[in-house]
Parts: sequence; C-alpha cells; structure tokens
Amino acid sequence: MDLKERLSGDLQNKEHPSFTNFDTQNQQKWEDPSMLDYSTRIEPPHFLGFNQSSQTQPSNNQIKVPGQDGPVNEALQANKVQEWDPSTMLNNLSFLEQKIHQLQDLVHLIVGRRGQVLGRPDELVAQQQQLITADLTSIIVQLISTAGSLLPSVKHTLSAATPSIGQFGQFGGVVFPPGQGMNGGVQPQNASASKVSEQPNTVDVSSNSGNEQNHIIEEHDMKDEEDAEDGENLLPGTYEILQLEKEEILAPHTHFCTICGKGFKRDANLRMHMRGHGDEYKTPAALAKPHKESSSEPTIIKRYSCPYAGCKRNKDHKKFQPLKTILCVKNHYKRTHCDKSYTCSRCNTKKFSVIADLKTHEKHCGKDKWLCSCGTTFSRKDKLFGHIALFQGHTPAIPLDENKGSIGSCNYTQKSGEE
Amino acid sequence: MKKQKQECFGGFFNPFDLLSEEIIFMILDLLNHNPLDRKSFALACKSLYATESKHRRTLKPLRQEHLPSVLSRYPNITHLDLTLCSRLTDTSLSIISNVCAPNLRSIDFSRSRLFSTSGLLGFAINCKNLVEIDLSNATDLKDSAMAAVAEAKNLEKLCLARCKSITDMGVGCIAVGCRNLRFICLKWCLGVGDLGVGLIAVKCKLIRHLDLSYLPITNKCLSSILKLQHLEDLVLEGCFGIDDDNLAVLEPGCKSLKSLDVSTCQNISHRGLSSLINGAEGLQQLTLAHGSPVTSCLADCLKKLLLLQSVKLDGCVITYDGLKNIGNWCASLRELSLSKCSGVTDEGLSSVVAKHKDLRKLDITCCRKITDVSIAQITYSCTSLTSLRMESCLKSISRCSKLASLKLGICLNITDEGLIHIGKGCSKLLELDLYRCAEITDLGISAIAQGCPGLEMINIAYCKDITDRSLLAASKCSRLKTFESRGCSLITSLGLTAIAVGCKELTKLDIKKCHNIDDAGMLPLAHFSQNLRQINLSHSSVTDVGLLSLASISCLQNITILHLEGLSPSGVAAALLACGGLTKVKLQAAFRWLLPHRLFEHLEARGCMFQWRDKVLQVELDPKCWKLQLEDPMP
Repeated sequence: MDLKERLSGDLQNKEHPSFTNFDTQNQQKWEDPSMLDYSTRIEPPHFLGFNQSSQTQPSNNQIKVPGQDGPVNEALQANKVQEWDPSTMLNNLSFLEQKIHQLQDLVHLIVGRRGQVLGRPDELVAQQQQLITADLTSIIVQLISTAGSLLPSVKHTLSAATPSIGQFGQFGGVVFPPGQGMNGGVQPQNASASKVSEQPNTVDVSSNSGNEQNHIIEEHDMKDEEDAEDGENLLPGTYEILQLEKEEILAPHTHFCTICGKGFKRDANLRMHMRGHGDEYKTPAALAKPHKESSSEPTIIKRYSCPYAGCKRNKDHKKFQPLKTILCVKNHYKRTHCDKSYTCSRCNTKKFSVIADLKTHEKHCGKDKWLCSCGTTFSRKDKLFGHIALFQGHTPAIPLDENKGSIGSCNYTQKSGEE
Repeated sequence: MKKQKQECFGGFFNPFDLLSEEIIFMILDLLNHNPLDRKSFALACKSLYATESKHRRTLKPLRQEHLPSVLSRYPNITHLDLTLCSRLTDTSLSIISNVCAPNLRSIDFSRSRLFSTSGLLGFAINCKNLVEIDLSNATDLKDSAMAAVAEAKNLEKLCLARCKSITDMGVGCIAVGCRNLRFICLKWCLGVGDLGVGLIAVKCKLIRHLDLSYLPITNKCLSSILKLQHLEDLVLEGCFGIDDDNLAVLEPGCKSLKSLDVSTCQNISHRGLSSLINGAEGLQQLTLAHGSPVTSCLADCLKKLLLLQSVKLDGCVITYDGLKNIGNWCASLRELSLSKCSGVTDEGLSSVVAKHKDLRKLDITCCRKITDVSIAQITYSCTSLTSLRMESCLKSISRCSKLASLKLGICLNITDEGLIHIGKGCSKLLELDLYRCAEITDLGISAIAQGCPGLEMINIAYCKDITDRSLLAASKCSRLKTFESRGCSLITSLGLTAIAVGCKELTKLDIKKCHNIDDAGMLPLAHFSQNLRQINLSHSSVTDVGLLSLASISCLQNITILHLEGLSPSGVAAALLACGGLTKVKLQAAFRWLLPHRLFEHLEARGCMFQWRDKVLQVELDPKCWKLQLEDPMP
C-alpha cells in the first residue's frame, strides 16, 4: 500500500509548471541557502577554493540518493559509460528482471483481492490501472537506457527525444530506487575537469557551453558560432585559454546524470532529466541556470584552444585565433581535423564530419541548382548572382531542358494576345 | 506607270548621269520626311532607282515573302523595321543576317513572332555590328533566347518590354554579354527581380536609359542603379515594391539623372521622392502621375531643381497649396500635365501659369472645376503654347498660333464660330479631334480645312450635320493620314471619292455607320489610296464587290467588317484570300461557321488574326442623351 500511495501522489504532480513560470521563480528564489548545496556541484567556478573537494562530490551525491543498492552501485561505478561492459549489462538486466517480478506480484495481489473487496469498485480499478501503467513505464525506460548505453547511434536519437523520456523517468525515479542505471557517468565529468591542463581552477566544463535555454536545444542551432566570432579582437592576455584533449572533444556527451549516468549534450537537458529523479530536482533553484549567479564578481573571459598542433586555433600558433565556446571547439575540431564520415544520401558526393552540417546540407541538396558558366553550382540564386557580379566573364548558365522547351513553344504557338 | 517611265528614258541620253552620286544623295537626304516622295523619285529612271537603292538606310518591309528581293535591292540598310511582318521565321532571320550582316545596326522585332531561340542565336552571332534590338512582346522567348541575344556583344540598345517568360537568369546573361548597353527597357518583364536588375547595374556601367516599369523590384537593386555614372533616364512606373522606408536608406543619388518617372508608385511620398532625387540637380523631367497627393511638401521638395522643364502630375490629387507652390518653383516649366487631377481650380491654375510663362504644352483634360477664367489666363500668359489639351474650349485658344494638336472630344457646346477662329489662328494645326461635337457643320470644317492645310488627322465622328461638302474641303489637306467620320450618315461615296483622290497618304479610314457609303466609294479608294493600312467598314452599305476591290491595296493590313448586310460568305472568303497582307480582321462571328475551317487555318498560317464579334446592333444614342450622361456627375 505504501507503494500505491507514493505512486498516486506522484501522478498528481505530473503536470509541470510552465517554463516561463520557472524563470521568474528562479530569480526570486535563487538566494535560498538550502539550494546552495546543489548548486555547488553544478557551478564550481564560483567557489574557487572548492576545486579539491569537487572530486569528492560524487560520493556525497550518492549518499543523498535514497535507497541505493550498494553492491550494484559499486559495480557500476567502476565502469565507464561509453564502453560496452557485459557485467553492467548483466546488472541492468537482473535489475529489470527483479522489477518485472515485483510487477507480477502486484498483479497477483490485485487478482487475489478482486474477490474480497466489493465496495467502491470504480476507484479501485482506476488506481490499479495507474499503478500498473506506472510500473510498466519505468521498466520500459530502464530497458531503453540499457540499450542506449550499448549503441552510440541510439543515444543520439534518445537525447533528441529527451522531453518524453524525462517524463517517464519521473515515475521510474520515484517508484524505484534510482542509481541502478549507469551511474558511472559522474566519473568522466570529473575526469575531464582534472584534465584541463592550463587552468585547474576553472574546471567547470559543463556550465560554459553557452547554453541559456531551458528547452532542449539541437546542437546545430549554434554551429555557426565558430565563424561568427572570427571578427572578435581580444588582446592576448586579456582572457584565459583553455585546451581540451582530443578524447574529450570527441566524447558525444559532456553532461552526465549523477544518478543514472545518462549522458547529455547540454546542461539544460540534463536538468530536465534530473526532475525525474525526485522532488528535490524540481525546485526552481535546481532547475535554474547555474550561470549568472554572481553578477558582481568580475568574470574572466574564457577562450578555447584547439589541441591540434599547428592549427591556427591552437594557442601555439603565431596568429592564434581562440575559439569562443566548447561547442565551437567541438565543431572546429571535427570539421578541420577529423574524417568526414557522414555522406549525403541524396547526392552521394558531399561529406561532412559534423552531423548538423549534413542535416543542413540535406535540406537544400538537390533543390534548384543555380549554375554558373564556370561550372560552379549554387543552391541560392542570390549567391549565384553575387558570384557573377564578382568575376569577369562568368555568366549565368541556362539549363539545357529549358532550351528544348523554348524552341518547341516558339515554333508552334500563335497566341492571339500577341498583336 | 513604272514601265511607261522607263520607256521614256530608255533610248535617250540620261541627263542625270551628269549629276554626281553625292549630289543626288544630298537631294535624297532632304526627301526624308515623306516616304512617298522617295518612291516617286526612285521610279523616275533606272539610274535614280539605283542611286536611291544605294542611299536608303532604313527599311520597313511589309511582307516576309519579299525580304530576299527587297534586301538585295537595298544593300546599305542599317535599320530594319519588321513591325509590319508579323510572321518572321528562322529562315527569314538567316536571310537577313546573310545579306545585311555587315551594315545592319538596328532591328525591330517588336511585332514579329514565330522565330525561335536558335534562329535568334544565329542572327546575333552573324550580325556583329548590331547595336540595337527591339524584342518587345516576344512573350514566348525564354532565358535561353536572352543568352542568344547576349551574343550580340556590341549591343547598345535593347528593348524587352512584355517578355514575360524571361527571368533574372536571362537578364543576367545580357548583363554579362552586352557590356556596352546604354539603353534597356524591361517593362512588364514580370519574371525579372532585384538580382537581374542589380546585375545590369553592376556590369553595364554605360547605362543611360533604364526602364523598369512594373517590375517586382525593391530598394535592393536601387542602390546599385543610382551608382550608375551615366544614368540619365530612369523609369520606375508601377514599381510597387519601392516605398519610402526603402528609399530613406539610399545614399546621395545619381548626379547625371535628367528624367525620372515614378508614376503609379503609390508607396512613394514626398519623403521617398526627395531621397530619390537627392543629388540629381540636373533633373529636367519628372513624372509623378497617379502617385501620392501633390501637397505643398511635395511641391517644396522640387523647388530647388533649376533645370526642371517638364512635370506630369496626371491623375493626382492636388491641393491648392501644392498648386500654388508649383508657381514658386525656381525653374520655368515648358510642359505641365494636370489631366484628371482633382483639386485644380481657376485660382490655383492661374498662379501656376502666371509664373511659368514659357509653357509650351499644357494638359488640363478632365479638370472639371476650371472655367474660362483659367483659359483666358493661360492664353494671356503662355503665348508660346504648342499643345493644349482640354475639354471645354473657347475662341481664346486661337491666340496660340503655334498650336499643333487640339483635342476637343465630347465638347458639346463647340460651334462653327469657335472652329472658324481656330482656322484663322492656328495654321500649324496637325491634329483635330471633334468627336461628338454635335453642333458643328460644314462651315466649321471648311474653315479648318482652309486655315490648316497641314492637317494630318481629323476626327469628326458623330458630328451628324456634316455632309460631303466638308469632305470635299478636307480633301485639300493633302497630308491627311487619318480620317474618322463614324456615324456621319449624311456623307456619301462622292465625298469619300474626293478624300481618296485628294489625300494620297491616307493610311487610316473609319467610315463606320456611314450608311450612305457604298461600293461606289470603294472603287476610287482602291485605286488612289495605295497607302491605306486600316479600314473600318462596319454598318456601311458596302457589298462583296466593294470589299473585293480593296484587295488591290497591297498595304492593307487591318479591316473591320461588321454588320454589312450586302456581304455574302463567298464574297468574304474571296476578299480575304485576295488581300495577301492582312494581319487583323474583325468579322461577324456567324462567318466562322459559314466558311470552311480550312480557309481560316490557311489565313492564320499566312499571319492573319481573326477577332470574332457577336454584338447585337445597338440603337444609336441621341446626342442629347450623351449630354445628360456627362452632366450628371458634375456638381
């Protein structure tokens, strides 16, 4: 019965406050001291003296998580998220099995009771249905996240569809003790922090990704940032230079759930996900952006360097041009120093190393080819005309099929409106 | 005739051999204003015929079939006007380019069709010295044809009006190919936008005249257009995409600009206009017709244009202040057009004409509020007026001794007295329109015919009291080209015969509803009026015989034969077949089913178009009825 009560209570909370409400609440409640504990984990830079203890924080967090299964958790901790580990899989599967058994018991119970209880049958039936649905949902979520750890490609789609999963996770997180998922995700996050070679003080990688929205944001929305900041002229020495290693740059996720270990590209998405792990993550303060907490403190401008030696974006280059955000680093590194592994399925010629670039290309691929006499094609007419205006002797090339059409129509049409 | 004259000189010594070719060329140079004079000159003798052939530079052939022989006769043709050849095949194009390629500089295709892109391409490549092409109305031509035109690298003048199928791509080809372009007209090329026009402005730096009427363009291309160093004439009529907001961002405009047309651009007010003409101190002509209201602000922003000569404000709403401020302008106007302007009053107009004493042309048609006070003021201060267009008229107009064109359409109160004054005063009158001036009689027309011997056009339609005597008088005007006498039921074949004999240059004749004209009038017409192009015989008494006799006029292109009771289907068929040069025929719809379909197919293939009319005969309105209709809306 205990289980039942918790479940129904949770269902009532199912409706989330709208995001705009969140924003106003955040600003008001931000100073709430009870939330500071949580915020330290998200935003270490504001506690500059804290960096030593930040490594120990994962364990703190784990203690707070209610009803964590000790042995399972330990085993999980040893694993790295991304790599396929049979033992983790086994653990997950046995956990799922356990859950299914629980559900089976519950259904048995309901079946047994059906004969005894006669009063108020409608209410009871509704409650039973809710209970079973919730349990099944949590099982499905677990199953998906288990499979997700196995296939990197599945992970992409998962992260894109996070809003719905976040809702499911809510049930899963409450009904069953969380943490049986892939908790190992905490480790890479901290590992990356310690690896930042130049400035160990400013370890917070996650909070700097320049992301200001509460919604799920697709990565390619901001992919042009790398180019946009080219015009920026910061004097050398007026900013800090950070340099990430190749492995970190190529890691698919930068934010990981400390409870289930699920990876995210953006901290906002992670915060949305965290709501499913309990009421303490639903407070406005917990959901707020960890950014901009202290506007009074002078913030030091951070810029990034590409780890590839000899690159113009590398800090040792003579004409070094820093990159603005982590996202810029990632896109720059993939575009410039990686193989172009994504091929356009329509034209089979264009290749990309950033998947968002491929998606952008596919939007225009094959549409209206604007052709110049020099053989260059353009997807947009204004680009073709800009090209022609620039170069001497280049002229718009008229497609051949039009030529045929016009000869035919000229010979045989006699329009009465001609005169 | 030709044969006779050749025989006369055949056996004898030809005195013209003594004259050098240069002298004859100089004589021919002076014979330019009337094509018939040159014709008679050439027919005088063989040597003059040969000299005239060498001298002729421009040619306007009537039929495609004769092109090979005509072109071989005139080897030095530089300008070929093909507007009368509505059918023009690729074969003809190749004949032209083979024969005249070295000399040909200018060609006009504006009324021709049936030629294809490949024909055009061959033509453009062969005629290296081509400077001017008029391709207007080629609605079928596409971008590929423009790419062909772009092969004419030396092109300076190109007219593409109403080429609806071309797009920015085609115009882009021309911009790149024809770098010497000075004049381009893109009117009604609806497929052309900012990009094409912008490229023209970027690539063709020598542009002087740019017509962009009714193009879907915005300010995006305007900034590059106004950077053109030599631009003199810019037409932006009906460019609805241009508005004040767009124009506000323009930098100081084009200094070379002399003429600007922004008529029907309702989104341009005085603010936009002032930024458009900003820097264009040499502006001479400005057209603001059917635009935003002419207020004192608008008039003020034109105040400082010293060289302004001509302003057209037709169809605008004009405030009294606006009109008064026009009177305060620095420049002295030569031409002012205020037709259909509401708000023009005697007081306002008087203040304008009091300042602009040099006015040569004034158009105040449909300015309904003005009275003879204005007219008196106009004729008093503007003595050098050559053209006055207005509705109501008084004898005071006759003070303008240089008046060349007078349109008095639907002036119901005009009497012979007024016309006698005109006849006495305006000896240089060329055009006279007396449409529905029902009060006039033979006396008035005779006075005009006597006083204005140079008359080229006269319209006496629905002047019901006119008889043959007027026509006899009018036949003294040997220059008469257009004669319109619709609904003058008193005139007969006799009068028409006089016109036919006297006016050899007659090209356009309208005798609709002249019930007393019959075949007897057609026979002299067919014999004497060899230059007749267009005739309207509807509702007259002409029969098959008269119609068939017209076939001897080889120039005849356009005939309208509706409601002719004496006409039989076989007569129509015979006449249509006999008139080889026909291009346009208006026929009763009934004939469509009475005559074999094959006949029409054949005629259409020859280049003739048919317009079928099925209107029921309308009872003629009483002239007084017209008067009532007109007076009704007036205050």
